[in-house]
Amino acid sequence: MLLISCPYCGPRDEHEFAYGHEAHIARPTLEQQQTMSDAEWADYLFMRKNPKGVHFERWVHSRGCRQWFNVARHTVTHEIVKVYKMGEPAPKLEQK
Amino acid sequence: MANAYARRSALQHFGLTAAAAKGDVAGADLLIGEAAHRTIVNIRGDGGDAFKAAVRSVTGAELPVTPNTTAAAGDFRILWLGPTEWWVVSANVDSAKLADDLRQAFNGQHAAVIDVSESRTVINVSGPSARDVLARGCSLDLHPRVFGPGQCAQTGLTKANILLDQVSDNPSYDIYILKSFADYLWQWFWLVGRDFKFAIRAH
Ligand SMILES: [Zn+2]
Repeated sequence: MLLISCPYCGPRDEHEFAYGHEAHIARPTLEQQQTMSDAEWADYLFMRKNPKGVHFERWVHSRGCRQWFNVARHTVTHEIVKVYKMGEPAPKLEQK
Repeated sequence: MANAYARRSALQHFGLTAAAAKGDVAGADLLIGEAAHRTIVNIRGDGGDAFKAAVRSVTGAELPVTPNTTAAAGDFRILWLGPTEWWVVSANVDSAKLADDLRQAFNGQHAAVIDVSESRTVINVSGPSARDVLARGCSLDLHPRVFGPGQCAQTGLTKANILLDQVSDNPSYDIYILKSFADYLWQWFWLVGRDFKFAIRAH
């Protein structure tokens, strides 16, 4: 069981949260959409990093304050390296 | 709001008034009861100065902007739910009137007022063993150095989603629960309460 620190509510049990998959995937702008190939669409829609290491992902405090935020989590050790708010850039981390 | 004559509390079928009359309230270390028909009005907005002023003009209370805190004044209590969301609750002010007053106070602002009184009931748990009972189904640390009066939290209690509001340091907790889950949660308290000296208190 993970102990996740909601940026608003502080540390809460994992079962209060829902997982929102990889963070920082920007939707193509309307302008980009005019000229995007199928391969580029497929990349946006389906291709994910799936790293063995630190993964930047979204979580929502669904049983609490219902806010979305970002988590940098190590996919092997489950260590939560950093929690940061929506809209903030991914933190630069030392490679583990 | 439902007409008063048609209103049934979510736990009425347990015969709580009769059970309360039979219980040993003085000898109990755990008291549970239903505080039914509470007025609950959900308000949304940016929490800025104009929003705060509108809330103050209706309730007399200062909007709590620190996460998971509450404010109280007169008949009203305000509970923080999220950075842009609060509940204004009251035991005796009519919900339709409160919603109307808030709507008027927010006039011209980007805000929302929704009367959600009929969605939930309140189970009050108090007494020296209240913390021990909650610890059996809730992962929050309720130790007085961490959680006390003036704080609230939305969390899970034995798989049900609740809002927990500590109303005094007896301790006494108001647990807001969806009416459809109230029967389940009451039976859980009934089951767990057998390990304590518990009595039902009429509200
Ligand atoms: Zn939260």
